[in-house]
Amino acid sequence: MSFFEKLMKIDRRIIFLLIFIGVAVPLIVALNFTLEITQPVRKVYSLVEDADDGAYILLSFDYGPSTKPEIQPMAIAVLKHAFERDYKVVCSALWPMGVLMCSEAIESVKEEYPNIEYGVDYVNLGYKAGGLVTINHMGKNMRETFPTDAANNPISEIPIMDNIKNLTNFDFIVGFSSGSPGLKQWVQVAHDAYGVPVAGGSTAVQVPSLSPYLNRENQLEGLLGGLKGAAEYEKLIASPGTAVKGMDAQSIAHLLIIIFITIGNIGYFVTGKYKQKRL
Amino acid sequence: MKRQFPLVITFVVGMLVIVSQFIPHQPFGHLSDTLESWFLIISGFAILLGQLNLLKVNIIKIHRKVRNWQYYIVCVVSFVVMITIGILWGTQDQPGLLGQGSALVSFFGRKPFDYIFKHFFENLSATMFSLLAFFMASASYRAFRARNLESSLLLISAVLVMLGRTTIGTWLTGWIPEDLTYLHIPQIANFIMKYLQKTGQRAIMICAGLGIVGSSLRIILGIERSYLGGK
Amino acid sequence: MKKIFVFCVLLFLFGSSVWASSNVPLTAQDHPDDDGSAIDLSWKYEGELPFSIWIERSKDGKDFELISKIAPAKTYITDGKNIKPGNQYYYRLKFVDAQSNIMASTDIVKAKSEAQWFNSRRTPLLVMVIILSAAILYFILSARKGKHLFIRKIAGLDTIEEAVGRATELGKPLLFVPGIMDLDNIQTLAGLNILSHLAKKVAKYDSTLYVPVSKSMVLSTAKEIVKEAYLKVGRPDAFDSDSVFYLTDDQFGYVAGVDGIIVREKPAATFYLGAFYAESLILAETGFESGAIQIAGTAMPSQIPFFVAACDYTLIGEELFAASAYLSDQPNQLGCLKGQDVGKALILITIFVGIILDIFGVNIITNFLQMK
Repeated sequence: MSFFEKLMKIDRRIIFLLIFIGVAVPLIVALNFTLEITQPVRKVYSLVEDADDGAYILLSFDYGPSTKPEIQPMAIAVLKHAFERDYKVVCSALWPMGVLMCSEAIESVKEEYPNIEYGVDYVNLGYKAGGLVTINHMGKNMRETFPTDAANNPISEIPIMDNIKNLTNFDFIVGFSSGSPGLKQWVQVAHDAYGVPVAGGSTAVQVPSLSPYLNRENQLEGLLGGLKGAAEYEKLIASPGTAVKGMDAQSIAHLLIIIFITIGNIGYFVTGKYKQKRL
Repeated sequence: MKRQFPLVITFVVGMLVIVSQFIPHQPFGHLSDTLESWFLIISGFAILLGQLNLLKVNIIKIHRKVRNWQYYIVCVVSFVVMITIGILWGTQDQPGLLGQGSALVSFFGRKPFDYIFKHFFENLSATMFSLLAFFMASASYRAFRARNLESSLLLISAVLVMLGRTTIGTWLTGWIPEDLTYLHIPQIANFIMKYLQKTGQRAIMICAGLGIVGSSLRIILGIERSYLGGK
Repeated sequence: MKKIFVFCVLLFLFGSSVWASSNVPLTAQDHPDDDGSAIDLSWKYEGELPFSIWIERSKDGKDFELISKIAPAKTYITDGKNIKPGNQYYYRLKFVDAQSNIMASTDIVKAKSEAQWFNSRRTPLLVMVIILSAAILYFILSARKGKHLFIRKIAGLDTIEEAVGRATELGKPLLFVPGIMDLDNIQTLAGLNILSHLAKKVAKYDSTLYVPVSKSMVLSTAKEIVKEAYLKVGRPDAFDSDSVFYLTDDQFGYVAGVDGIIVREKPAATFYLGAFYAESLILAETGFESGAIQIAGTAMPSQIPFFVAACDYTLIGEELFAASAYLSDQPNQLGCLKGQDVGKALILITIFVGIILDIFGVNIITNFLQMK
């Protein structure tokens, strides 16, 4: 086998090893690449930034531990932004593990905002099964959908919920999603049926399927796509966190993939496979 | 009769759901929601069926000592441990049969169930998901070859999007003056995603939507019966 | 001095009452196209921005209760709290400052909630459903009458027989993954429909089929399908009920389980047909490494590229739904596919005509589809 033929058939274990090194090294040694803010991220930022003082916002944690490294940084960034603007934050989850993700996100924000008070500034309503149906019920009556919060306290005893009857009482909704039920269902019900502005964050893999909702009708006000979306948001709120750190690793991984693709194509052309296919 | 009855139920329920989409008046308005709730209740009970099946299949394999039977022990033991500690001490704020287990909480820093969830389950799940990064690299290395015009265009778009979605794109073209922002790789990547990619996605979504309508009609009208086990 | 003080107090009270009674126009009307469970309120407030707006409601126009406090910048709200169809409700709004002093208020207005028999916002959907259903039914009837319908080849489905044959020759099993969604997802049903055809072939060739599932409801359905397939082929004794088994509801737990089966059992062919998310590439790459023939199909747009990159054949979007009809070769089912194609043509024409008309400023089609 010639050198170029070998280039076309690199053992995937070598690829895995190089990707591992390419991801691990930038996590240890920061490279500090610069970031350019994209429109969908800026729109999420504007939605949060421009809401009225004392606005009520709903954050939905529709993901689990597997996608936590990608989505948790954006949830933390949006929470920080919301508490910075003194909004009232109501959290819910359409995924069972979302409850824990929410608790952990709030815990990490508390270090920076120690004065936020449970039940007054924020509440964790917990998990409710049903996806689309649950969102629809929330649109009609929040209290019937969530009679208690995650810790089983009756909703009637939580001051922040006094002014919340249904989804229309929220100024906007931000959904963090890694699958179904998730952001797509929030758009279809909360925005399309109840007219509440919806923005969100998702894994990078999901971005192509959600991007059709970033349209003239603003079905989706804005979208934080994967780690890069989270990093851009962290940059916008001037609070760099794990996403900004992770972006170096992701950038190197992408660069390595591009190098592999290039090597594969060089081998493909030099070995004449290109001509063979065309004959 | 065994085959006809489910077909009649499918037809009636299918038609009711379609009608309820257009008639908000009671009793049609909430039919869809009610049926969805019924589905959730049934699937809630069905979870037990799945768990029992899991235990049965694994225990049989251990009992017969099939190849790699040791792996199945890990599964059964994990299953029993998680259920037991969940029942005994509960999760998060929920108490278990033995209360909140404050002695264990002071030792582990959280409840035993939450401790295992946080330190084992979360990491194992994240590991499985992160395999994607490695597999994406090997799959793209294999798949992206400039075999013809179409695949070459796909290759170029992929490289631009990959660069544009990372900080390297900014680093490479950040020096280009403001007047020529459209030449910035992140902007080109956004253009590809916003127009070219979105168009393709919509085409697939519309066609899949039509497929869903056709498939649903076949099922509602009883033409498609494979899901009942035969023609 | 006392008189001056009393005068000032009176003046203040008079002034504030005039200020408070300044009328803000409020309208209340039944929320359209619903089941009579909501009333729309809208108002136009032009004074100094209040701290909050209080919405009060009454059933008799006398005893009002505070039903909501909303943000000051809002100009409309839909009241859906315990509204019963056919009842009359009275509303008034109070615009208050931070100390809960009333800055302005509205007159009392009334509205009756009514349930509608037709959701007019869904007219375009109804028109499309009728046209599409009519086209599908027409072609089903035509096919029944014996009209020949040309259906293009779907390579992935033609390979099923070859894959089962290869598995039998090599003495290796086949693996079928019906996605990670439940039975309420039509993609899962489409996958299970294909499983029915595949299981018959497996039963005929006396091969082994593994069907790991991630939802309990799918477990019972898949089990029944495979069992029926063995019965149909006349080999009920060969059916192993443990060949269809549940792993876990958890997405990546399921992936770990299936990957384990692929690595240990080295199946000759793997089928991924149903709804998939991020696990698609993890499954497909593991299958590729094991050297299996891989056939995938999903209508999840974001997962299709992964399957295309790692599998031998991929059913894209509608092909997944067409597969069962294609495999059955029954005129009824093939007619349905033809009807879908007519629907596709109609949508293309609508999009094309809509774009042309929009360019010339005529928005009839756009407005109709958006129900403006």
